[in-house]
Amino acid sequence: MELLDNGTVLSLITFLPLVGALVVGLIPRAQEEAYKWAALITALVVGVLSVVVVFVFDYGDSARFQFGADLSWIESIGSSFHIGVDGISLPMLVLSAVITILAIIYSWDHWEEPRNPKAFLILMLLLETGMNGTFVALDLILFFIFFELVLLPMYFMIGIWGDKTPRTIAMFNLTTETRLYASIKFFLFTLFGSAFMLLSFLGLYFSSGDAGARTFDIPKLIEMAPHLSALPIAGWLFAGMFLGFAVKVPMWPFHTWLPDAHTAAPTVGSVLLAAILLKLGSYGFIRIALPILPEQAMQWAPTIAILAVIGIIYGSLACLAQTDMKRLIAFSSVGHMGFVMLGISTMTEAGINAAIIGMVAHGVITGMLFFVAGSMHHRYHTRDMARLGGNATMMPKMGFILGFIAMASLGLPGLAGFWGEFMALLGAFRPAAGLPVGLFQAAMVTGAVGTILTAGYLLWMLQKVNLGEPNEEWSGHEFHDVDKFEMAAWVPLLLATVAIGVYPKLVLGSTNGAVKELVSTILENLA
Amino acid sequence: MGPTLDYLALAPELALVATLMAVLTADIVLPHAQKYWTAVLSVLGLTVTALPILFLLLSDEGTRTMLDGSYVVDDFALILKGLFVAAGYIVVLMSVSYIESDRYYQGEYYFLLLASILGSVVMASARDLILLFVGLELVSGPLFLLAGWRKGDVKSNEASLKFYLLGVLSAAILLYGMSFLYGLTGTVDFNGIREASAGLSHTPAFIMAVLFVMVGFAFKISAVPFHFWAPDTYEGAPTPVTAYMSVSSKAAGFVGMLIVTYVAFPGASNIWGPALWIMAALTMTVGNLTALRQTNIVRLLAYSSIAQAGFMLVPFAVAGVSSDPAAVAGAFGATVTYIAIYTFMNLGAFAVVIAGARYTRSGDIDKWAGLASYQPGVALFGLIFFLSLAGIPPLAGWYAKLVMFSAAIGGGSVWTAVLAVIAAVNAVIAFYYYARVVKAMWFDPVPDGHVAGKPEQSRSLQLALVITMVFVIGAGIYPPISAYFGDTVASIVGGG
Repeated sequence: MELLDNGTVLSLITFLPLVGALVVGLIPRAQEEAYKWAALITALVVGVLSVVVVFVFDYGDSARFQFGADLSWIESIGSSFHIGVDGISLPMLVLSAVITILAIIYSWDHWEEPRNPKAFLILMLLLETGMNGTFVALDLILFFIFFELVLLPMYFMIGIWGDKTPRTIAMFNLTTETRLYASIKFFLFTLFGSAFMLLSFLGLYFSSGDAGARTFDIPKLIEMAPHLSALPIAGWLFAGMFLGFAVKVPMWPFHTWLPDAHTAAPTVGSVLLAAILLKLGSYGFIRIALPILPEQAMQWAPTIAILAVIGIIYGSLACLAQTDMKRLIAFSSVGHMGFVMLGISTMTEAGINAAIIGMVAHGVITGMLFFVAGSMHHRYHTRDMARLGGNATMMPKMGFILGFIAMASLGLPGLAGFWGEFMALLGAFRPAAGLPVGLFQAAMVTGAVGTILTAGYLLWMLQKVNLGEPNEEWSGHEFHDVDKFEMAAWVPLLLATVAIGVYPKLVLGSTNGAVKELVSTILENLA
Repeated sequence: MGPTLDYLALAPELALVATLMAVLTADIVLPHAQKYWTAVLSVLGLTVTALPILFLLLSDEGTRTMLDGSYVVDDFALILKGLFVAAGYIVVLMSVSYIESDRYYQGEYYFLLLASILGSVVMASARDLILLFVGLELVSGPLFLLAGWRKGDVKSNEASLKFYLLGVLSAAILLYGMSFLYGLTGTVDFNGIREASAGLSHTPAFIMAVLFVMVGFAFKISAVPFHFWAPDTYEGAPTPVTAYMSVSSKAAGFVGMLIVTYVAFPGASNIWGPALWIMAALTMTVGNLTALRQTNIVRLLAYSSIAQAGFMLVPFAVAGVSSDPAAVAGAFGATVTYIAIYTFMNLGAFAVVIAGARYTRSGDIDKWAGLASYQPGVALFGLIFFLSLAGIPPLAGWYAKLVMFSAAIGGGSVWTAVLAVIAAVNAVIAFYYYARVVKAMWFDPVPDGHVAGKPEQSRSLQLALVITMVFVIGAGIYPPISAYFGDTVASIVGGG
């Protein structure tokens, strides 16, 4: 089939949103319905294409990059337009395509001030190009471009539609609007990390010259892994990549941009940030850092595990100190991404599978939590949990959904959140040969304590927000419960939460083969 | 018998001379109301000048040499001539409405601008000390006058005076260094100097000569610590002239530096390598840190252009330490590529400053607040150029940064890697102040009491904006366009 050869379908999945953004841009500002539909149809077409990929994908050979293309691009520096999906990137690609559709549906009549739906839709579609592109890129420069491309739309989403309450930054003795502070902080942190990541990519490029030809091609660099990780500068190269990816994940102590960005962002911005953007970092570890520099990955694994566990505990404890519901969810992301990173650091099949299913589950669940938090803020005009009590009596459907998704987030068995945490801990119990077992088992125990704390803060949040009697200030107020757009955006996520929870093979069926191959390649290259 | 002249190779220079004569004549003949013809003539003349350059570049006939090797038309010369003419073209487009609104001396303005462009075109071909110096002074001389164009404005007078005094000082230093070189080697020809200086690289007189020449050029490119004239001059001069100075006269300085370091004394890299390493690190860091504190958009761009010059100097430091010819050629190409991309994005940024200032009526960044709400078009252009300067993909600036980093990492030594790290940190700092302009235009509300001007749209300024934007977006998405510059010029280093 034409569509499936030569990377056509993946190119369409990546660049159709860009075309959609242009179309939306060309439709006059007055015709709101027209450009809303243009944006939705674009996202739906991309969604359908990604479903086509899901059905045609050869799961028996999920370690192979499929639907790929390798076209010449910047010849003079040996960078090519090399794309493809394997079992690891496929779930991420589908997640990104689906979440974008749901975000557009949710936005349909939830525009935050200063409105301007046209600009917001353009940004969402640009963001989708960046996200999908990162997941299909198999060339370091291409990956870098897409990785950076997501920054701008998110910067604008936070900066224009973000939280306008004033905020004092003690360090600079400066009072500014939260959105302004959060947007530039988000950008500078990520840019700082990715600048060093780029230096490492260039280092890999020049080093690959000794082992054949200079290349930015990820599969080729993986083949050269034994040579590359034996280099004297390999430790520095890994450090550069670590900085780039760790800031994005974000790992403790690089996480400080995240609570600010999440709290300040408009609802849809928070959803996309939590559901997809954070995954670009952990995906980078799995796709690039681990297989290309396996030796250094082994050396860094204990450090990563320790930072991950600190992230879990710190994130959970920080949640218990929050009064702002959205900020609480933001800190919960630090904890959940800690489990993802713990999984990756074990360098085992169980651990890396756990990381990917954890990423998908976190995308679905935390995305959903931000949706609910946004909708509640939309109605109550506050995120202060002390004022929100009794939500379940005010809005029974909203209350139920919040309760359900909080249960999923705390890792209740049978729902999606369970597998990532459980398997990550399992992986830490028996990490890859050569890693300090004692340390990882200690990490496992601490992580397990983290799951209890996670349950603790989520139940605490539910108690404060959902239960009890409604605050007196709301007496006489009528809040309309979940509306049809919200329902349409949320039901698929709720179904996915159950489906992945009951039948994790939905994700693992795709990842397992690829992860097996990845881990065995890493171990071979170590020997 | 006189020297044989290759008229095809000299065609660009001849076309420029003809144009500036025509402009001068037209200025005398035409009545006041029709002086705008001088601008039209300049545009036409620059277009005609571009034709032989394109022809020679595409005809692929190899290098043409004149005057015993002093005047060379090779790919490097042609690429830079093309760049200078293109930059001049865009500056003329930016100038039309700006100069017209002053209502006087239009003819002289274009005459002086064309003379300066002629100087840079000559420089690109100069392969001996005398021609290089003449070219460089022909670039600077007219600018002394142009910087003081707004006669009634004290700042413009200050701009002109500072630029003149420091320009003369730097010329003196440069000439002093050159006289040492001539005395030591007995020749003014670069190839001759390279051969004659083979054994000299540790003699004190030669070291001094090289350093003096470097310092002379460092003034022209406003590298730290020879940059103090730049912000005041940039702020006081008419904005199109500032745009020209920040691009073409800087690029001319770099051309001189490139030829001298890579062609005339590559053997003395033990001298200029470390000097330029320090200069690059200082220029980036000081330029960026000072830019952080600016409140005026033109001063911000002035310090940004200092910082950008620091990025352009990074590859020199690599060439200073690397013995790998491919890495040296790559470094040479990286600087040229960076200059080419910088030319377009910086001109674009200045075009936005001119276009935007008509609405904001101020160069104060705070007064630019909320521009996007009443002039989304200008704000969008601003977004594109400022983010390109910051090096955000997929705008052309990212590729400039990439080749610069690539040259530094490819240098393969600890020192170049350290410089790359300094450059990386600087790239992050730079984003902050570029983003401040973007933030003002897009995120901030319109300041209280602001009455937006309702100026007529200048077609030529719009054209300048569109040309630069097409390049910045096109070369960003399809980098082979910019890679072409680097790859083509690298041959003059690779071939020796």
